[in-house]
Amino acid sequence: MTPHPLAPELRQVTARDLTWLIASLVLVITPHAMRAPWWLTLLTLCLYGWRLYFVLNRAPLPSRWLVLGVAAVAMLGVWLEYRTLFGRQSGILLLMLFSGLKLLETRSHRDAAVAGFLGYFLIITNFLYTQTIPIAALAGVALVVITTTLIGFSAPQRALRDNVRTAGLLLAHAAPAALVLFLLFPRVQGPLWGLPQDAYAGMTGLSDTMSPGNLASLAQSDAIAFRAEFQGSSPPPALRYWRGPVLWNFDGRTWTLGPNYLVDFTPPRGGRATYRYEVVIEPHNRHWLFALETAATLPQRARISHDGQVISNSPVRERLRYDLDSVIEPEPQAGDNEGNLRRALRVPPGFNPRATALAAQWRAESAGDEAVLARAIEFLRQGRYAYTLEPALLGSHSVDDFLFVTREGFCEHFSSAFVFLMRAAGIPSRVVTGYQGGELNPVDNIITVRQSDAHAWAEVFLGQRGWVRIDPTAAAVPGRVENGLARAVPQSAALPLMMRPQLEWLRGARDRWEAVAHKWNVWVLGYNPERQRELMSLAGIREADWRTLTAALFSFLGVMTLILLAWSLRRLARPDPVQRAWRAFCQKLAKRGVERAAHEGPRDYAVRAARAIPAARTSILRIGALYIGLRYGAQPSAGGATRLRKLVREL
Amino acid sequence: MIGGLLERHPRFANWLYGFTPPERGTVVLVHRRVYIVPARLGWIFAGVLAVLLVGSINYALSLGFALTFLLAGLGVAGMVHTARNLARIAISAGRAEPVFAGESAQFRLYLDGRGGFDRPAILTRHVASGSQLVVDIPGGGIAEAVLAAPATRRGWLALGRVMLETRFPLGLFRAWSYIEPEARCLVYPRPERSPLPPFTGEAMAGAIHAPTPGSDDFAGLRDYQSSDSPRHIAWKAAARRDKLLTKQFAGDAAAELWLDARLLPHGLSLEQILSRLAGWVLAADRAGAHYGLRLPGVEIAPGRGDAHRAGCLQALALYGVK
Repeated sequence: MTPHPLAPELRQVTARDLTWLIASLVLVITPHAMRAPWWLTLLTLCLYGWRLYFVLNRAPLPSRWLVLGVAAVAMLGVWLEYRTLFGRQSGILLLMLFSGLKLLETRSHRDAAVAGFLGYFLIITNFLYTQTIPIAALAGVALVVITTTLIGFSAPQRALRDNVRTAGLLLAHAAPAALVLFLLFPRVQGPLWGLPQDAYAGMTGLSDTMSPGNLASLAQSDAIAFRAEFQGSSPPPALRYWRGPVLWNFDGRTWTLGPNYLVDFTPPRGGRATYRYEVVIEPHNRHWLFALETAATLPQRARISHDGQVISNSPVRERLRYDLDSVIEPEPQAGDNEGNLRRALRVPPGFNPRATALAAQWRAESAGDEAVLARAIEFLRQGRYAYTLEPALLGSHSVDDFLFVTREGFCEHFSSAFVFLMRAAGIPSRVVTGYQGGELNPVDNIITVRQSDAHAWAEVFLGQRGWVRIDPTAAAVPGRVENGLARAVPQSAALPLMMRPQLEWLRGARDRWEAVAHKWNVWVLGYNPERQRELMSLAGIREADWRTLTAALFSFLGVMTLILLAWSLRRLARPDPVQRAWRAFCQKLAKRGVERAAHEGPRDYAVRAARAIPAARTSILRIGALYIGLRYGAQPSAGGATRLRKLVREL
Repeated sequence: MIGGLLERHPRFANWLYGFTPPERGTVVLVHRRVYIVPARLGWIFAGVLAVLLVGSINYALSLGFALTFLLAGLGVAGMVHTARNLARIAISAGRAEPVFAGESAQFRLYLDGRGGFDRPAILTRHVASGSQLVVDIPGGGIAEAVLAAPATRRGWLALGRVMLETRFPLGLFRAWSYIEPEARCLVYPRPERSPLPPFTGEAMAGAIHAPTPGSDDFAGLRDYQSSDSPRHIAWKAAARRDKLLTKQFAGDAAAELWLDARLLPHGLSLEQILSRLAGWVLAADRAGAHYGLRLPGVEIAPGRGDAHRAGCLQALALYGVK
């Protein structure tokens, strides 16, 4: 059997092939390189360069043992860095490394194509970290380059420009099918199996504990926590308390969750105003969802806990969209049970003696709970407390140190101290964490809540009035709630860049960009089984199951493939008008018994036909001459085609 | 197994391939005749897509879905483009120069793209001999493929089945088509060297004793006639005058050489006889002799020149061939 010249395994890669392949790999590892240790990136690039050196100098490739040695050393390095080879991050970095090693044993076009396929994996693994518009654009560019590379393997002699054009054409033809698949492919809610331990590492958000400093460090992050889009008007900043985890237990330093049992949801009655809104929350790998206080309806697949936290049935591991109603200042709910109230009074013994004494003094001098509360608020307001993101460190008596020594802190200091004081004075109270405020984007009227809006406040139980929200930070630093964090802390503080007030113009650009990004998040990244059902119901199909979707999918794809096939025949099926007229002429004569022989040229045929059909002699000869002139003449006369058609028709 | 089946049942093969050989005139590869299957690389690609899809589902990666589906679309588009690269090519066979048995016949195929786009990397393979080459058809142009087929037996050598194959653009699919254009090559018998027979002929009874006509005894010049071999033109002399002259060798003018099968020893098979005669024709032609050919049932009057030589060889090639 002779070797097959088109078989990719038998075709040697050329310098051009490898250059393109390496260019596409460099494109796809660029986003990974930003997370990888520098030495691994450098090593991978060196491996690419090494391979290029071999092909440019026509040197034989290094021995397999050398390649294996490099692989072993690099794997050891990854292990030292991450202490595992099978985590998400380490696994992806190994993939990046293997792209370089694979090149070193790439000899044939088949190996090279497989290395190109490896590029697809490198693109998709990057999506595990980020799926923004720029990343999608980069992936698109990489796809064009990889496709051009693959075309180059199939047609090594072809001009590069033609290959790029073909790649563009192929991708343009692929796009409609991709869109249909994206919209109609039956989506399954993952995951299908357990994910690596570190699969959700690095997601930021509130935690279920609060100790001095951890909210302040979260507040330095510009990352988006969630976005909310209100129907009608948005609530003013002072009303935007987004309720998150409620903390009951205090050990002298750290606040933790209390008994977290779920209850049947009873919607609150009355209230000043009702808001209806949609939230798109960024993944934070926890169960809680954020709702404007107080939630009047629950999102789907979510429950509510006894202390008013909206809890999702599964951890929020991908961007999630939910609809909610909230009521501002509803009628008080019935009282809480005895056990909870006792828990809400508990303070660790032996800590913070000065604060305990102060609280006891207020209790002794006051008539009731509300009077104690008023004195506490007054105490904070008069205390000239400083609000800062970088508070001084606190000793073991954290509340005492804050209230009487350092006198500067972030919201967790204020809420922690306040709740301690209330408990010490015998008023049941608890810490509520969440977000306060958020920025209204004037472009699309969506409120963006960032990690820097993280906040902690307090709730006290006042008999008939039930649990009442008190924001000690607002009492001490009134500007915090009205104007947001940026104007409440001193300018020198470590504010996120974008929150600095002097960068107004930059914020305008960011607002527009984020409006686009939000649409992207909702419509592209947030496209899920639910959205899919909505889309199908728009098309008039209610309760579409996977069978309906599959049927719709295949009918669409079938139609598209047919269109594509029709396109592929299009330019061939239509000969030019001169040729068409000539064929019609031949058919007419054939019917009269003068068939053109395969070898017969137009002149001979016309002469023979004219002799056979003397009646039409002149017009046959004229058609023949005209056709020869149009077909083979140096300068075909204008309008000749029309004349030819006319003559043939009249024949 | 399938190959054997097709060989034993040619009509089934004809039905399957969509044509009845040989095909006269220009062969157009209509879509019905283009077959396409995934190449090995295509299966690897499909496996990659499956992994990407499972990964996208597992990690709920919206862009992962988008990438996977775009690649799937790319595969489908690649399939259509691969078929298009072959479909509607018009193939016509050119003239194949006669060869001697034992040499290889050079068949010329002209591949007309018949479209505004180019069709790169089309493999043309002669099925019987395995000779093959890859051609690129330029947009709106024609590519020529020369296929060498070994000529083993005298007579007409038909081109036989030719396979066209392409994997362009992505290499994921393999499209192919079989054609069998009507093209044939005349194969002369394998010439066997042996001493020429003696001169005969009424005019020169004594020619038996004449020197072997294969010798180079130059005898003079005469005016060129169109049937003269270019080898015998006296170029130097022609350069001095303004007309062509033909060199004449001893015995030429008068001697008449009959290459007669009856002069050969008995006991030779027909093919051996034809081989000897072919060798004689070549030798006589080289010698510039005035020769005729005589076989049972065939007689070609003496003559000389390339046309005469070709006529004699053709008679030998087709002797007894229906």
